[in-house]
Amino acid sequence: MTLYTRRRTKNAIVLALSLGATAFGIGWLALILGTLIWEAVSGFSLSVFTEMTPPPGADGGLLNPIVGSLIITVLAVVVGTPLGMFAGTYMAEYGRYTYVTTVVRFINDILLSAPSIVVGLFIYELLVRPMGHFSGFAGSMALAVIVVPVVVRTTEDMLLLVPRELREAASALGMPRARMIARVCYRAARAGLITGVLLAIARISGETAPLLFTALNNQFFSLDLNKPMASLPAVIFQFALSPYQEWQRLAWVGALIITVAVLVLSIAARALASRKTS
Amino acid sequence: MTMVENSGPITPPPVVHRAAPANGATVALAEKVSVRGLNFYYGDNRALKDVNVPLYAGLVTAFIGPSGCGKSTLLRVLNRIYDLYPNQRADGQVLLDNQDVLNPGQDLNLLRARVGMVFQKPTPFPMSIYENIAFGIRLYERLSKGEMDGRVESALRRAALWDEVKDKLSANGLSLSGGQQQRLCIARTVAVKPEVILLDEPCSALDPIATAKIEELIDELKSDYTIAIVTHNMQQAARVSDYTAFMFLGELVEFGPTTKIFTTPSERRTQDYITGRFG
Repeated sequence: MTLYTRRRTKNAIVLALSLGATAFGIGWLALILGTLIWEAVSGFSLSVFTEMTPPPGADGGLLNPIVGSLIITVLAVVVGTPLGMFAGTYMAEYGRYTYVTTVVRFINDILLSAPSIVVGLFIYELLVRPMGHFSGFAGSMALAVIVVPVVVRTTEDMLLLVPRELREAASALGMPRARMIARVCYRAARAGLITGVLLAIARISGETAPLLFTALNNQFFSLDLNKPMASLPAVIFQFALSPYQEWQRLAWVGALIITVAVLVLSIAARALASRKTS
Repeated sequence: MTMVENSGPITPPPVVHRAAPANGATVALAEKVSVRGLNFYYGDNRALKDVNVPLYAGLVTAFIGPSGCGKSTLLRVLNRIYDLYPNQRADGQVLLDNQDVLNPGQDLNLLRARVGMVFQKPTPFPMSIYENIAFGIRLYERLSKGEMDGRVESALRRAALWDEVKDKLSANGLSLSGGQQQRLCIARTVAVKPEVILLDEPCSALDPIATAKIEELIDELKSDYTIAIVTHNMQQAARVSDYTAFMFLGELVEFGPTTKIFTTPSERRTQDYITGRFG
């Protein structure tokens, strides 16, 4: 066998293995999505968005967990985003060359990959125990803790991508640093910064573990952040494990709603990111 | 890195020079900027060695020399833009109207408002053409809408860009061509009414037509501003400047009227460089 044919054979084998691995991975994904849609479509109706979670054996909807998830997520993003942005801005602009930044970046990366159940326990100790009860607020804070490292990371990365020349040009006009960051750097990195926040939302919208320790769940419609609050992941968890068919069907529907929401966010993030490069 | 070389007394050159321009008349030249005994360090690397050079008011001074000779570095000291980075430092004196700008107490934003800079790569801000200009003005002046419109127009006219952009002032500055972007950057710099303008290879990314426009512009601007230009293009230095400084390996080898530097340089190294024997 010549050297050339040997190389061709090797190439064919590696190519086949790569294709196989890709097909294997995508196959499972397709299977999951297929099952999800198959199971959820039959339970999908307008009442899902207008009715409360039912007692066992009755028909109902997912209004309270949908609203609960929206409230908890929005509050988490509202609290977590500014914290993450400020920290990321410090790391990329003011403290770029400092030791503190290196340490913070390292710790932030650990936090980024920390199991979310640990975050739930942390907020349980910090808020739920002292307050004496579960609450939507505690749930939001747990998710905010997950939002912060994601936003810190993307903010820093995106600001580091802003060309040095742009900063120099702004400074060369006699522009104070804070103004340069707010008006030039943020603007130049805007698409990336928004993408970071969208990614953070996508990340927290499926989180269950931290909510079970904090917001718990609620059978009823509630807008009170000081009380336990329903959320889609927690309801899915509860309903999917139940023996009742109606509940199981609603769990599938809830899973589909989250998946579609995350998909829409991801597409939006992609669209924003690609608009930047054009 | 040794500090010994700088510890000796620095003899300041006389503030007023006599020079004979082409028409034979003698004019008094005022030093707008005087660089004296300037050393610059990137960390431990000494990039400028005891540089002494004046920038005469209302004239164009060109800095030429091979890559890495320190000409851009010198420009970056004059408005202290190097201050953005750690481990870069200068010692010696840079006098702007007899005030040492290297003084630690110097307000950098005020300094940079007086000493504007245009960079090698066009750097329009990610905002509209109008805002690119108005933005800098707003930092130091409060103007009515009408006054601002006037200032933006006159800055764009000075940069010979007005006719090309007057119908699309709200378009993004990044949508312009490279040459237009560079003229926008010059307009932006001129708009804040600096006293000195530093041009760091402003034409290196531009085609010959855009380059010719910028050169014309430099010629027009020098009536109001003191200009320093770094260039790799010897013809450009000869065309636009009144005085030329030749730098090599961080040292200022020769400084004099452009015509003299390009016809009868007194230094062998200058001669070799301008005739293309090295660099």
